[in-house]
Amino acid sequence: MFALRTLAAPAQRQCVRAAPRATVSFARQAQRQYSQERVAKFNGKKDADGKFPVSLIEGDGIGPEIAVAVKDIFAAAKTPITWEPINVDPILKDGKTAIPDAAIESIKRNKIALKGPLATPIGKGHVSLNLTLRRTFNLFANLRPCRSVAGFKTPYDNVDTVLIRENTEGEYSGIEHVVVDGVVQSIKLITRDASERVLRFAFQHAKSIGRTKVRVVHKATIMKMSDGLFLSCAEQIAKEFPEIEFDAELLDNTCLKMTTDPLPYNDKVLVMPNLYGDILSDMCAGLIGGLGLTPSGNIGDECSIFEAVHGSAPDIAGKGLANPTALLLSSMMMLRHMDLGQYADRIEKAAFATLAEGKALTGDLGGKASTQQFTEAIINKL
Amino acid sequence: MLSRSSTRAAQRLLRTAVHPSQRINAARGFASVVQDGTTLQSDLFKPTKYGGKYTVTLIPGDGIGAEVAESVKTIFKADNVPITWEQIDVSGIEGGPSGRAEEAFNEAVASLRRNKLGLKGILHTPISRSGHQSFNVAMRQELDIYASISLIKNIPGLKTRHDNVDLCIIRENTEGEYSGLEHQSVPGVVESLKIITRAKSERITKFAFSFALANNRKRVTCIHKANIMKLADGLFRGTFNRIAKDYPQLECNDMIVDNASMQCVSRPQQFDVMVMPNLYGGILSNIAAALVGGPGVVPGCNMGRDVAVFEPGCRHVGLDIQGKDQANPTAMLLSGAMLLRHLGLDDHANRISNAVYDVIAKGNTRTRDMGGNATNQDFTRAILNSMEKAL
Repeated sequence: MFALRTLAAPAQRQCVRAAPRATVSFARQAQRQYSQERVAKFNGKKDADGKFPVSLIEGDGIGPEIAVAVKDIFAAAKTPITWEPINVDPILKDGKTAIPDAAIESIKRNKIALKGPLATPIGKGHVSLNLTLRRTFNLFANLRPCRSVAGFKTPYDNVDTVLIRENTEGEYSGIEHVVVDGVVQSIKLITRDASERVLRFAFQHAKSIGRTKVRVVHKATIMKMSDGLFLSCAEQIAKEFPEIEFDAELLDNTCLKMTTDPLPYNDKVLVMPNLYGDILSDMCAGLIGGLGLTPSGNIGDECSIFEAVHGSAPDIAGKGLANPTALLLSSMMMLRHMDLGQYADRIEKAAFATLAEGKALTGDLGGKASTQQFTEAIINKL
Repeated sequence: MLSRSSTRAAQRLLRTAVHPSQRINAARGFASVVQDGTTLQSDLFKPTKYGGKYTVTLIPGDGIGAEVAESVKTIFKADNVPITWEQIDVSGIEGGPSGRAEEAFNEAVASLRRNKLGLKGILHTPISRSGHQSFNVAMRQELDIYASISLIKNIPGLKTRHDNVDLCIIRENTEGEYSGLEHQSVPGVVESLKIITRAKSERITKFAFSFALANNRKRVTCIHKANIMKLADGLFRGTFNRIAKDYPQLECNDMIVDNASMQCVSRPQQFDVMVMPNLYGGILSNIAAALVGGPGVVPGCNMGRDVAVFEPGCRHVGLDIQGKDQANPTAMLLSGAMLLRHLGLDDHANRISNAVYDVIAKGNTRTRDMGGNATNQDFTRAILNSMEKAL
């Protein structure tokens, strides 16, 4: 199926280019093909019990505790999911960081995974595991929504941003070299294929969550060719989605305006190259109170991995104090990706109600509750 | 009239002609750094006075530039500041006679090189690929004004979402992501080069440390992304850590740029002096400017070994409010006050900046971006009145 789609993709593009000259019926056909052919559609299969198996990477530090919380809540909500715990402790394969074959097979089979925080072993020559996972499964888009949590006060209220970041190239291409001693070149790589893919995903995602505006963030004034290419791809893709309003904004302006007042961004989906996305998505997390409250999804053509982006907090690991909100919200995104939105809505409602009530908050949100008490409070609301 | 391509060729020739002397300058810069350990002192080059007055290049810039430059001129004149402006109207907006923009740009560079001092608004940069390179960036590279400083501090009386913000962003201005080196390997595949050199990293971090010492700052934070760009940002961070050993009296730490932007919007009070490569500086100065009231109130400057150009610290052209008399001249005025202090004209600087602060604190006359409805001219007049009263 996947192979077929990749083969079909260039053909589709040709169709669109030809569309203005082609007959009406042909154009319509091309359009229909698009609405059916979602980028990164979930293609997982149910098992014998009618449940979807999901690979679960519990992670390090507080990972196992918050994973238990999510499992308990999912069980209470009777979500049709079975967990398949996998181990991703890095191994060196031909001198390169890799994850064990069993883990790769599990994720490839299930097409979906939920992941807790991973600590990258320092000083052992390992590439960050997150990066390794991204590369192994070609997770090209990072989806980062940030929504204010009632009950946790920050200087910014009612934030509701959605940010999509190109995940495979750009400034993080990893192509660097020392030209002569003391002079380093680091290459930012922008390709048409990767840009079109993430942009198309952005437009489709905007449609699926009911937003009508997509905005590209760029710095094409300075990087005329690289960001210019990203921008021109966006202008082309925008033509495929006439129902969605498209515009572009300079990175500087986005930073300034979002920090001044994030509300105008509540009806938009922002899409941008790797580095800008990395910085801005964390900045948005800062607006609502940090990485402990923000979900994240890494979307690939074949598999998708949803994760908590906060650290593994080794200082409070094993003490039952961790806040599982980020992983729980990520798992909501996962359910929606699997077309199990009705379960997600129910759990999300219970979780936000518990947070808003403020009785059973964990230490990081200024409360005194343990992970378990917080989890039970949510389960009671279900 | 020259055709487009030939002007560009001519410009390129001029640039290469200019380069050798620059290279000597740069070398001199590094040598002095190694010898006396302070870039700051040697960089504070004072131009000579002619007829009791300093000549300063004034580039109003595009957008709101002309309006706020007018306020600066009026207020400086009212205070009898001993400065003669050499105004050069450079514009980055296309549409004028071809070649005129480049001509004005070259004239501005020559004037700055001669006067050593400038006050500058922001020049517009077109997005289109055929458009010219950013004049702002070209000017910084050509004059080697390598250190950009943005002073981010809450203005008393101007309420924002964050209180007690007092930080300073020092940004490398001449290399990094803004190198302008890009190429298309095959159609649809573009490479853009980010250049980080040890020499320039050393120069900027030394500048940051000296600045921190000279201004009674306690902590210097290096902002980087060395976990991903291990070589490029690794070199920057490594250089920072090495230089930090020469300044044991200052607290030093480093932070990854995404975390820094998150901390900036949640707990900006933790930052003091921050030093970083080019692009991160652009991002963080915008985030930080928003914390204290936006680009209209943040002053800044660009320092080189020979030339210092003062310009608003958060670089926005303001094309959307151009000609509407809504612009806030505070950033330009405070940058002007920095220029006066640079010249040792502290009395003038204090009078002007006190008057600006006074008007903002009283709150009756504020421009739109500060939550008022006064025009730029009203605001300027209020400052003049306040200065008169103070006498």
